[in-house]
Amino acid sequence: MEILPDIASLINSTLRISTPLIFAAMAGLFAERSGVIDFGLEGKMLAAAFVAAVGSYYFGSPWLGLILAMIACVSLSMLHGFASVTHKGDQVVSCVAINILMIGLTTALAAAWFGQAGLTPTLSDEQRFLEITLPFADALRDVPIIGIIYSDILSGHYVFVYLAYLCVPIVFWIVFKTSFGLRLRAVGENPSAVDTAGINVFTMRYKALMINGVLIAFAGAHLSTAVNANFFREMSAGRGYLALAALIFGKWHPKTALIACLLFGFTDALQIRLQGVELPAIGTIPVQLIQAIPYVLTVVLLAGFVGKAIAPNAIGQPYVKER
Amino acid sequence: MAAAVDKSRVPWWVSNLIVPLVNLILALLVSALFIFIAGENPVQAVKLIIYGSFGYLDGFAYTLYYTTNFVFTGLAFAVAFHCRLFNIGGEGQAYIGGLGVFLVAINVSFLPVPIVWLLAIAGAFIFGAAWAFIPAYLQAKRGSHVVITTIMFNFIASSLMVFLLVDVIRDMKQMGPHTVALPKEIWFPTFKEFAALFGIKIRYSPLNISFLLAIAASFFVWFLVWKTKWGYEMRAVGHNMQAAIYAGISPYKNIIIAMCISGGLAGLLGINEILGVHHKIVAGFPAGYGFTGIAVALMGRNHPIGIFPAAFLFGILYQGGSEVTFDMPNITRYMFVAVQGVIILFSGALENLFRPQIESFFVNRLNMKREI
Repeated sequence: MEILPDIASLINSTLRISTPLIFAAMAGLFAERSGVIDFGLEGKMLAAAFVAAVGSYYFGSPWLGLILAMIACVSLSMLHGFASVTHKGDQVVSCVAINILMIGLTTALAAAWFGQAGLTPTLSDEQRFLEITLPFADALRDVPIIGIIYSDILSGHYVFVYLAYLCVPIVFWIVFKTSFGLRLRAVGENPSAVDTAGINVFTMRYKALMINGVLIAFAGAHLSTAVNANFFREMSAGRGYLALAALIFGKWHPKTALIACLLFGFTDALQIRLQGVELPAIGTIPVQLIQAIPYVLTVVLLAGFVGKAIAPNAIGQPYVKER
Repeated sequence: MAAAVDKSRVPWWVSNLIVPLVNLILALLVSALFIFIAGENPVQAVKLIIYGSFGYLDGFAYTLYYTTNFVFTGLAFAVAFHCRLFNIGGEGQAYIGGLGVFLVAINVSFLPVPIVWLLAIAGAFIFGAAWAFIPAYLQAKRGSHVVITTIMFNFIASSLMVFLLVDVIRDMKQMGPHTVALPKEIWFPTFKEFAALFGIKIRYSPLNISFLLAIAASFFVWFLVWKTKWGYEMRAVGHNMQAAIYAGISPYKNIIIAMCISGGLAGLLGINEILGVHHKIVAGFPAGYGFTGIAVALMGRNHPIGIFPAAFLFGILYQGGSEVTFDMPNITRYMFVAVQGVIILFSGALENLFRPQIESFFVNRLNMKREI
């Protein structure tokens, strides 16, 4: 039995499947560290997937699609900020509104513009991102161990996969090593102290939401212009919530959130591998139950069996300036 | 921004009628814009909605049938919301509630019909409540955010039900993922049968006596939340958990009870859908009603008196909406999901958008009158 290629392909899929989760978790990290709850990752991911697919279809460039997706997601983040930061509305309600709005609007517009099924047209190879083969991948394929690691696991991913893993150390550096990051965390922990220091709490939160919008756009574009060649209804399939669970499980820290995302990605990859496979002693598990595994895992992880998560102190509370 | 006004001087009808109405109008204007972007005429769409939901008797009966579903899910969201819990798992709780209706009804169908109905209602409530219990427990004891866990439980419920419908309780003589039909004697009487008693003939309509159950549920929620000690405790926990703890109220107990009642109410959707309409479990029967409940509750300001008209409005949107999707090729039912999102945005998250302006406008007017 060839176990090594199996493991390699499992790791390869894990890296790919974790990608949108990582972008979404990093996006959520900025919002939540600044004290703004973001359950709206799901809706923004859908919006990005839709806009990226449509933009790329009309303009013929997936990069332009990505930029348009960023604009769309930043606008939605600004809407969330307008409702919950400026008008001090309920942050969770605002997120739920964005999610339901996007489930409806993306599918409704896809149906109106491209026909009843709610799909966008299939993108040609020029209109989407393709797998990147790393240099010398073919030459190194036959080298033992290194060949598998380099050619089968690391090479041949979409650009977003590499960007996602690059993004995590950058986020870490911004949040923990720069003065912007210090202010960001302070705004989420103790906004009145930050205000006393002469920093505008509202501006900081809006800035955080702007970064949030840019990052989540990558997750959506990855879904509709890289791994798939079109947008389809509810294609985010709960990934925004999974990413948020990963963020919470990762205690709002980039490194641990990354590990949680990889864990989710691995479970999902395993779930796909297990479909229809006969397991010793258990037999074939029905496909519907296997598909539920990532969701069950989310609940188990959130139940905090691995340690209690402490949220940023001021999360979910609108800041009211004292007069 | 207008200066904040003294809350006690704002008449109740301004904050509870005028402001929600303005928010609703704003939401509908934005929705009209979406219909325009989709390439259809919003005015024509409104005409179709009104004709579809009021224009003929079967259509109106459909409107009330949808209203029934939205009352259940709207009340479900509202009860939990009074304890500051966001139960967005109504969809899954309704699905599992339907399982309860079917399992109870098929096993006790030999009993007298009213008893079967009562047991089926209890089954719906208990199954729905049980599905809400785990997220409730995790929220109360472990602080796992109920929004994520209830959403996950929606996905899990959907997988579980499809598994059951395909592999366990499927009608093995048929191909589709649904169960066998319940015996005809225990089906809920429909509006069509009532109308026939008065000599009125209508075509098929799913409206049935579950509508009366929805009215009863509204009274039940009103009584429970505003007239009982438990309702007071629950609202106290929702309002200020620290103060409630000092007053000797257990937040854990109240969180769990609030979520279970909420889940149970969502489960009652299964009564309307299974005893009243399908008479069997059909895959995916909650069809988004659980999510619509969020918009209904927020629009109705989480009070049964508000939820009922809000549910009726959504009934109009659904029934009239199906008329629109029939006549306008560019509009699908997802457009009305988007409309729900806009309504949640304006009557929930942005409810304070124009509140200060509107309130100070009316307070100033009343002051002027008093001075004269």
